[in-house]
Amino acid sequence: MTQMTFARAINSGLRKSLENDPKVVLMGEDIGALGGVFRVTDGLQKDFGKHRVVDTPLAESGIMGTAVGLAYRGYRPVVEIQFDGFIYPAFDQIVSQVAKMHYRTQGAVKMPITIRVPFGGGIGSPEHHSESPEAYFTHTSGLRVISVSNPQDAYTMIQQAIASDDPVLYFEPKRRYHDKGEVDETADLSTALSMEKARVVTEGNDVTLVAYGPLVKTARDAALAAADEGVSVEVIDLRSLAPLDFATLEASVRKTGRLVITHEAGQSGGLGAEVAASITERCFYYLEAAPVRVTGFDVPYPYSKLEMHHLPGLDRILDGVDRALGRPNSLSGLEG
Amino acid sequence: MFTDDAGKGGISAGGPGNSENSMRRTGGDLVQLITPAGERISHPEFDSWLKDVSDEQLCSLYEDMVVIRRIDAEATALQRQGELALWPPLLGQEASQIGSARALRDDDFVFPSYRDNGVAYCRGVKVEDLVRAWRGNASAGWDPFTVNVATQQIIIGAQSLHATGYAMGIQNDGADCVAVAYFGDGATSEGDVNEAMVFAASFQAPVVFICQNNHWAISEPVRLQSHIQLADRASGFGIPSMRVDGNDVLAVMAATRIALDRARRGGGPTFIEAVTYRMGPHTTADDPTRYRDANELEDWAAKDPISRMKALLDCKGLLTADLEDAVAAKADAVAKELRAGTINMPEPQPLDIFKHVYSTPNSWLDRQQDHYSRYLASFGDPAEAASEEGAR
Repeated sequence: MTQMTFARAINSGLRKSLENDPKVVLMGEDIGALGGVFRVTDGLQKDFGKHRVVDTPLAESGIMGTAVGLAYRGYRPVVEIQFDGFIYPAFDQIVSQVAKMHYRTQGAVKMPITIRVPFGGGIGSPEHHSESPEAYFTHTSGLRVISVSNPQDAYTMIQQAIASDDPVLYFEPKRRYHDKGEVDETADLSTALSMEKARVVTEGNDVTLVAYGPLVKTARDAALAAADEGVSVEVIDLRSLAPLDFATLEASVRKTGRLVITHEAGQSGGLGAEVAASITERCFYYLEAAPVRVTGFDVPYPYSKLEMHHLPGLDRILDGVDRALGRPNSLSGLEG
Repeated sequence: MFTDDAGKGGISAGGPGNSENSMRRTGGDLVQLITPAGERISHPEFDSWLKDVSDEQLCSLYEDMVVIRRIDAEATALQRQGELALWPPLLGQEASQIGSARALRDDDFVFPSYRDNGVAYCRGVKVEDLVRAWRGNASAGWDPFTVNVATQQIIIGAQSLHATGYAMGIQNDGADCVAVAYFGDGATSEGDVNEAMVFAASFQAPVVFICQNNHWAISEPVRLQSHIQLADRASGFGIPSMRVDGNDVLAVMAATRIALDRARRGGGPTFIEAVTYRMGPHTTADDPTRYRDANELEDWAAKDPISRMKALLDCKGLLTADLEDAVAAKADAVAKELRAGTINMPEPQPLDIFKHVYSTPNSWLDRQQDHYSRYLASFGDPAEAASEEGAR
C-alpha cells in the first residue's frame, strides 16, 4: 500500500497500462512536457516517448477522430479531454463514430478508446471548467461510462477502462485530485471488482444514499453526520454510470425501503432520474417513500461565488435524507 | 513516430522524372491528360508516373468505369423498383474513383464516403455488399479488414480524421502503406476535414486526401463552400496539393501515384482535388431540377469520363468489337449478380437489433433483449404462425 493523491493514482495506472501494452497511446492537449493541466500525465512522455504520449493540436474533434483511426489500426488510444466543458467539439465523433462503430461493422471494428474527462465543480473556475456532462454519454448506447471516487479505484479502473474492448468514458472528479488515499499497486487486476459494479461504501439500514465521483466523499460525510442523529445511511458509490449496477442498488433498497440520489449535474434527465425510475420499476413494493433527488439545479454552471449553492453539500444531502424518511425538512408542508 | 518533429527536412523527391518543385506543387492549373475528344496530351511530370500503364491496362480501366456505371444504374433501378430504400448515384465520377483506387496497393487503407462505390468495387467489395445498407439489412456492408476499406461514412468529412489517425498508426508501426480519405467539395467546409489537415500536416502523416469536387453538395454549389479553388486551401495547412481533371482517369491515377509515393517515402500528406461533376441527383430522394440549370448538365455531359476514355481507345486502335462485347458482357454479368444478390439477401432477424452494440455483455441491454424476446414469444411460435398464415 502506498499513500498517494488521486491524480498520482491515475498517473500510476496510466503508467502501468503503457508498460503492459505497447498499443496503448495517450493523446491530448498539453499532456506531454507539461504533464497535463492537472499533472495527471506528469513524466509519462519523458519515460515513454513522444510517440506514446502525444501532444495534439488544439482540436477536440480532431483528437477523437484520429483516435478512431488509431483504433482501426489496432491501437488503444487514451484521450485526455482537458476540461469537461471542452468535450463538446468532440461530441459528434464520440456519439456518431466511437459509440456506433462496433454496431455499424457488426463487431468487425472494435473501439477500445478510453476518454478521460476531469469533471465537476468546486474549484472556483470560470465558465466551461466545472461541468458534469455524463448524462449525455450514459444516454448514448455503445459507450461505457464510469466515474471514480477514490485513489484506489482511480488506479484500478483506469487500467480496466483501457483494457476494455468497448469505448469507456472515465470521469475524474477534479476537485478530489489532491485528496490522498492508500493505493495497492501490486493488486491483481484480474481479481479486482469489475468496473461495472457499484460498491457499498458505508453500510446502513434506514436510507440508501447513491452517489458517484466527487459526491461520494460528501455522501460518506453525510452518513457520518446522520449516524450522530441515530439515522443509519447506506452509501453506494455507483462507479459505473452506464450500465448501472441495479443488482447492488436493488439489494440495498429492498433492505432500507428509502432512496436518495445525489449528483452535481442538473436534475432533469440526469442519472438520478434513471436510478429513481428503474428502482421504482424494480422494487416498488419495497419502497416506503418516493425516491428523492439532491442535485445541481437546471442552470448553466454558475459563476464561482455561487457554485456552493449549486453543488449538493452535506446539509442539502441530509435534508434529502430527511425527506426520504418523512422527517421535518425544508419542503415540509409542500407535499401533495 | 507521430511526433510533431517527424518528417522535418525529410521531404523526398522520389519518383521517376519528377522535380522537387513539381512534387510540392500547390493547386494551380488543372492537369488534364485526355481531352474530352480523346486526345492524349503529354505532361512530362504526370506521364512519368504512367509509363507502366499498358494498352491492356487502359482497356481494363475502361472496363472498370463501364462496370461501375452499370452497377450504379442497376442500383438506381433497384431503388425505383422498391428493392432499395435509397441510393447515392456516382454517375459522372467514375474516372475520379477508378483512377485513384487503381493506383492503390492492397495494404493501403481507404476511408470512403457513401458515394464511393467505385472505389469499394475496385478494392474487391462484393457487389451485394455495396447495397446492403441501402436495403436496410445492415448499417454497413462489409468487414473493413477483409478489403482494407472502412465502411462508408455518412457523416460528412468525419472519415478524414479516421484516415489521419490510421496514418499516424502506420507511421508509428514504421510501415510504408498509406491511408486514403475520400470526401467531396461540401466536406471541405466541415471542421473535421480542416482538423484532419492540421493533424496530418503537424505529424506529417502518410495520408492522401482525395476530394472529388463534383460541384454540388445536395443543392449547394461549390461556390457556397469556397471562394478559392479547393486545392488551394491545402497550402494554408502546409500540405502540397494537385488539381486534376476528375473526368480523366489517367490524370487522377498519376496524381494519386505521386501522392502515395510521397507518403510512402515519409513526405507526409497530399491533397488532391479531382474536378468532376455529379451528373445525377444527390440520392434517389433528391430532385436536382429544382436547383440546377440543365445547360450545366449538358456542358458536363460533353466531358463524360467514359466517352473520353472510349475515344482515347479508339484513337489508339484499341476499341475493337471484341473489347466492346467483352466489356458489355462483364457489365451485364455484374449487374445480374447485383440484382440477384439484392433480392436474395437474407433478412435480418428481430433480435439482431441487439447484436454488437458492445463487444462484451451489457446488463442493461441483455435485460431489454430478454424482455423483447419474451414479448415476441408471447405471440407463439413465429414459424407456426407463418405457416398458419400461409394455409389461410
